[in-house]
This record gives sequence, structure tokens and C-alpha cells, in this order.
Amino acid sequence: MLDRVAALGRTTLDTIAGAGAAFFMLLRALVGKPNLRKSWPLLMQQMYSVGVLSLVIIVVSGLFIGMVLGLQGYTILVDFGAEQSLGPMVALSLLRELGPVVTALLFAGRAGSALTAEIGLMKATEQLSSLEMMGVDPLRRVISPRFWAGFYSMPILAMVFSAVGIYGGYLVGVRWLGVDDGAFWSVMQSNVEWGQDIVNGIIKSLVFAFVVTWIALHKGYSCTPTSVGISRATTSTVVTASLAVLGLDFVLTALMFG
Amino acid sequence: MESRNTQLAVGFFVIIGVLALLFLGLQAANTSVVTNGETYKLYAKFDNIGGLKERSPVKVGGVVVGRVSKISLSGDYYEPLVEMTISTEYSEFSDTTSVSILTSGLLGEQYIGLNPGFIDETVEMLKDGDQIYDTKSALVLEDLIGQFLFSQGND
Repeated sequence: MLDRVAALGRTTLDTIAGAGAAFFMLLRALVGKPNLRKSWPLLMQQMYSVGVLSLVIIVVSGLFIGMVLGLQGYTILVDFGAEQSLGPMVALSLLRELGPVVTALLFAGRAGSALTAEIGLMKATEQLSSLEMMGVDPLRRVISPRFWAGFYSMPILAMVFSAVGIYGGYLVGVRWLGVDDGAFWSVMQSNVEWGQDIVNGIIKSLVFAFVVTWIALHKGYSCTPTSVGISRATTSTVVTASLAVLGLDFVLTALMFG
Repeated sequence: MESRNTQLAVGFFVIIGVLALLFLGLQAANTSVVTNGETYKLYAKFDNIGGLKERSPVKVGGVVVGRVSKISLSGDYYEPLVEMTISTEYSEFSDTTSVSILTSGLLGEQYIGLNPGFIDETVEMLKDGDQIYDTKSALVLEDLIGQFLFSQGND
């Protein structure tokens, strides 16, 4: 009985210690005098591997999700003779929810897992310790550019996702199923608002970017430096980040549109 | 020149992002919000505003000229007071102008319809902050049914 209580206590302490360590890791990586000349090429390198290389999966999945939305929306709306509302339906569901959320989930799977594995392997092969031996702060040199790259890339990716998705909905709805071209766009324009929908979508994807990148980096930085440890950390990144995104999405939606 | 290619790729990435944002902003959203430019305010009191909301459009003959900017209760009898923000492009309404709360379509959103009044020497023009007194309230289904039943009962 007491063992159970002790186990519960140990888990609680570990969780709190983990959260604290994650917080201080981020704090030490980000707070401090920026050195643009040194950190700019590092940021570019990471933007490339985190952002540019994620573009293909984002564009393809955005197109297909938009096309599915167009198809499903049409079959339901046409029953009510309201197929002209297809435009706002596709645009609003992409801008408010699917764009930021699916981008964050794909990002966690595509880029987050890669970040965790990369940093975990750096730790296992003691590259991080070697950096410290050379007097280079690994937090500033390794963690910081990766964090900013993720933070800047995700909103861009989410915007691309929404734009491509709307185009996919247009392809299916207008080109294939014959919804009126003008009505599709004009009803969309009268229902989508810049501040309410687009800006809130960007805010959402910024929050998700922060959380997903942070989780990925912390899991890598704090993993057990063995092959089993790295594989566990990678799995845990994808699971934790996905759950965090979906949970936060509910909270943000309730705050923004509730 | 590894780093230059990287920079080029990231540059294109950012450009694509900006293009996507422009596409969303210009093609998908209503950037031509009438109330972005110079505006002035008019007020109107109704008995019942129905489902009117802030940001509902104010239309003249179907053309949006402004938006509802505030809804509050005023006076001793707590009558709904609606503040309308209207573009100064349409600043020549006379004080014989009437407003009514209308519904777009059978199930659509409610909006304010502005009917410009006649103009001659004796009529003054509405200025910023003026109130329109000729108002027609929203149709409330329950009231309509009640009136119908009442009129049936008289026969």
C-alpha cells in the first residue's frame, strides 16, 4: 500500500521536475544577448530542414483535405439547396481548425520527431558535452535555432495548408461538381473575416508551434542517451505533442469563438 | 555554396507563406469592410431588435453602407439603442430617413435596412451622432402568431 503511495509521489515529483527542467531549458536557450551574425546561418539551416522540407507533405495533405471537405460538404449541403455555402464551409473549417491543427500534427510527426532523434543522438554520442568542453553553450548553439525555426515555420506552413486546402475545395466544388464560381468566392468573402478567422488561425498556429517545438526539443535534450532511450523519446514526442495540440485547440477555440 | 542554396530555399519558403496569406486575405476574406475608412455614427431606438448583433450590416437597397457598432439599452424604459457606424461616402441622409430590421432570406441573418427619406428645404440632413426616430422593429415570430390568434378570436 505504502509502495503505491510512494510510486504516486515519485511520478508526481518526476513530472514536476520534468516540467521545470523543460522550462529552464527554454529560458536559458532563448533569454540572453542575441548574436545575429552567428545565429542567422544556423537559423537558416534549421528553417530549411524544419520548414522547407515539410512543405511537400503540407501541400499534398492540404490539397486532399480541402478536396474531401468540398466533396463531403457538397453532398450534405445539396440536400438543402445550400451548395453555395460550400465556400464558407470549406474556408472556415480550414482557417479556424484544420489548418492550424492538422499542420501541427503533421509537423509533430515530420519535424518534431526528427528534432528529438537528432538531439537525442547528439546527446548519446556526447556531442553536446563536447560543445560544452569547447566553451560553446549547446542550448544557445543547438536548441535555440531549432526552436525559432519551428516557431517561424509553422504559421507559414499553416497558411500554405489553408490556402491550398481552399483551392482543393474549389477544384472539387466548382470545377467538378458545378457549384457556381462567383457564388463560391463571394459567399466565402462575406463570411470569412480577417480578424476573427485568419488572425485567430495564425495565433493558434503560433501557440501550437511553440508547444510542439518545445516538447520535441525537451524530449530530445532530456532523453536517456541509449538507443532505447532515443526511440522512446521520439515516440513520446509525437504522442505528447499531438495530445497537447488537440487539448490546447479546444481551449483556444473556446476562448476565441466560444 | 551549400549555405546560399539553403538561404534561397528558405527565402522561397517565406515568399510562399506570404503569398498564401495574401491569397487568404484578398480572395477568401472580406477586406473591403466599409467601416475601415472615414465613418460617422447614427443612432436608432427600436422596441425589439430580434436577432440583430454587433457587426451586422447596415444596407441601403441591399448595398452595405456600414455596420452596427454597438447595441445597448437606454432611457427610463430600457429601450434597445443601436449605434450604426456608416461610411462618410454615404453622408447625405435626410432626417426623414427610416430604419427597419430585416432578415436576409427565410432563415438568414438579420440586418438593418436604411430607407433614405425625401429631401427639400424644410428637411435637415443627419449629422454624426444624430438619432433616427422613424424605426420599425424586428418581426418576432411569437408576436406574429399571437396577433394572428388574437385577430381570429375577434371574428
